Amino acid sequence: MTENQRLGIVVSGSLGKGVEVKLDSSVSIEDVVVGRFVTIEGAKRRFFGMISEVSLGMTDQRLSLTPPDVADPFIAEVLAGTSTFGTLHVTPTLVIGGDADSLLEGPQPVKTVPSHFSMVNLASERDVELVFGSEDEKRFFIGNPLDMETKLCLDLEEFVKRSNGIFGKSGTGKTFLTRILLIGMLQKSQAVNLVFDMHNEYGWKGTREGGSPVKGLKQLFQSRVAVFTLDEENSRQRGVSTDGVVRIGHDEIEPEDIVLLRQTLNLTEQAVEAVYQVQRRYGKNWLQSTLEMDAETSKELLKELNIHESTFHNLRRGLATIQRLPFIEPNPPTNAVKAILEHLDRGTNVVLEFGRYRDITAYILVANMLSRRIYAQYQSRMEKATAAAKDNLKPHPLVITIEEAHKFLNPEVAGQTIFGTIAREMRKYNVTLLVIDQRPSGIDSEVMSQMGTKITCLLDNERDIDSVLAGVSGRNELKSVLAKLAAKRQALVFGHAVPMPVAFQPREYGSAESYRDFTDEGKAGTGKDIEKLWE
Amino acid sequence: MAETERVGEVIEAGTTAFTAQCYELYEIPPLGSLVKTGNASAELYGIVYNAATTSLEPGRRPIARGKDETSEEAIYRSSPQLAKLLRSEFGAVVVGHKEGDKLYRRLPPRPARIHSFVYQCTPAEVIDFGKSFDFLGILLNASLPVPAEELIGASLRQMSRAHKDPRAFLVAAGKELAILLSGNLNQLNAILGRIKT
Repeated sequence: MTENQRLGIVVSGSLGKGVEVKLDSSVSIEDVVVGRFVTIEGAKRRFFGMISEVSLGMTDQRLSLTPPDVADPFIAEVLAGTSTFGTLHVTPTLVIGGDADSLLEGPQPVKTVPSHFSMVNLASERDVELVFGSEDEKRFFIGNPLDMETKLCLDLEEFVKRSNGIFGKSGTGKTFLTRILLIGMLQKSQAVNLVFDMHNEYGWKGTREGGSPVKGLKQLFQSRVAVFTLDEENSRQRGVSTDGVVRIGHDEIEPEDIVLLRQTLNLTEQAVEAVYQVQRRYGKNWLQSTLEMDAETSKELLKELNIHESTFHNLRRGLATIQRLPFIEPNPPTNAVKAILEHLDRGTNVVLEFGRYRDITAYILVANMLSRRIYAQYQSRMEKATAAAKDNLKPHPLVITIEEAHKFLNPEVAGQTIFGTIAREMRKYNVTLLVIDQRPSGIDSEVMSQMGTKITCLLDNERDIDSVLAGVSGRNELKSVLAKLAAKRQALVFGHAVPMPVAFQPREYGSAESYRDFTDEGKAGTGKDIEKLWE
Repeated sequence: MAETERVGEVIEAGTTAFTAQCYELYEIPPLGSLVKTGNASAELYGIVYNAATTSLEPGRRPIARGKDETSEEAIYRSSPQLAKLLRSEFGAVVVGHKEGDKLYRRLPPRPARIHSFVYQCTPAEVIDFGKSFDFLGILLNASLPVPAEELIGASLRQMSRAHKDPRAFLVAAGKELAILLSGNLNQLNAILGRIKT
């Protein structure tokens, strides 16, 4: 495609609703798609925007009543672009002034509209670079803007400062996108990742619909990724070399964990209340004590604590479910939290595989428990570092990646889980979330609103779309773009880390060449660092 | 530049149109063709909209002579005076003028002078004139004895012959007409029907 291909001219519009562009007769409307990135050459300023709607217009309504003889190519050609024409709706989001100062400042949020009949062009590679920056130490190449060859780069340094979300229907490429972002964070940011890998997709190798398996993080970055597993046997069967096995002791489970599992364990409100009472009574060993209690003691206890018998049964049944989880042991040999934290401290990314224990009880329990411990550690360390005013004491920024996020962040439990807290308090303690979910409408709106950058693949449920776009300016325009994304390998990114929303095609992941590109980038980065040392 | 062909002489002139008499009987430039008149400092361009062959004297009508002749040509052969008693005239609507090197597609400040020579334009001049379609506006709005759609159709067909790619020229002209006639779909369709290739 030629550089700066002209599309048409601005004919009307407003700041709030975006501008209408009349398509030139030389441009076929069928070549113009929503989500394309365009520039508008105003008299004094240059605007950047995205096509959010494409429509057909005609000068004379009678044409629609008595259509001309378009079987004749001559007539069709004459009428195209004159009596009948295409119009585009473009939402300008950024503007750059013409003078030197504003050029240095870079693109700014738009506060006005281009004047009448300003020329509208397809954005060129340079435009994309101007807005999104080019690949460097902080920016990571995540894909190409729709229908363009240009590299779209994401500032990962900024990205990890907030909690972020990746959304999309199942099978739209969330996992692939996440893998790319994890690699990006690993290479271009200071942050370390803790990935709760429910489906064993990230650590060693992942699956691909209708294709051979793809490599996971550990295979590409051996030294910088540690894989922990809950299910040693399963990991061994899959040929994964693990760095540790996670076992959870009975005494590590706290009443807060049970609160979160209320729905999955089918516990009543009273049973949850009873947990706290029992814990106050027995202290750390409450779980063991509750389960091993004989009839006699329990009767006394119930009387003493004023708990109804059916409530207690309900509770015991729930606790028994937890106890049956194979990775729960009375006295585990190692302290998993400590081991994981040590890795994170060294800057190693940790992927926790769940093996066969994919049921949601195990996932919620483990993810919540580990995160809470780790978060508490981070909190205390951060506070110490702040008190001592020493930046070097601060722990590495941590990104916790969770799948099926609506289970942790739904309005009922978001207030209680650690993830709700992290999402809300955000980066105060250097811990942020990377939320992956297919039902964003199930996530607490308060949490959603705190997310910095959202990347979303195709969503078609109205409520999901609404919840992802809530609070975003120009949401109606984005809505039409989002609803028209391809079912695979297309995504829309907007929010904190990108100057303007843009639809893109994630870069390739899965071929030998793509692996080389990913690992080379890392090497190139270190090469540069070494050069810098010499300077 | 090819030798421009002299086709007649102005015998009646107004701001919007002029009438010229052909030097040879029946040697009339075709309907819609581009002609020019005037001297090098002020050239006028016109499009032939009408033509007629009549008796020299308005009161004397020609009479039929071919009863005993075998062909039409024979009539003229046996009565050679006919060529002098009849005359061919054509009318041209003024669509532009040239001042110095600049070509304007609008009415000239002054009409043509009587007895100015009238020339048929060369293909190069036609292409040059056809670079802008402003003259279509004049043709559409002129009140002429021939229907505007016929005249425009004829003139565009004539002009397209001078172009290497006649179709591209006609499409471009059609687009201009579509804009000019955005409120008059029927007329547009009528013209497009006349110029479609």
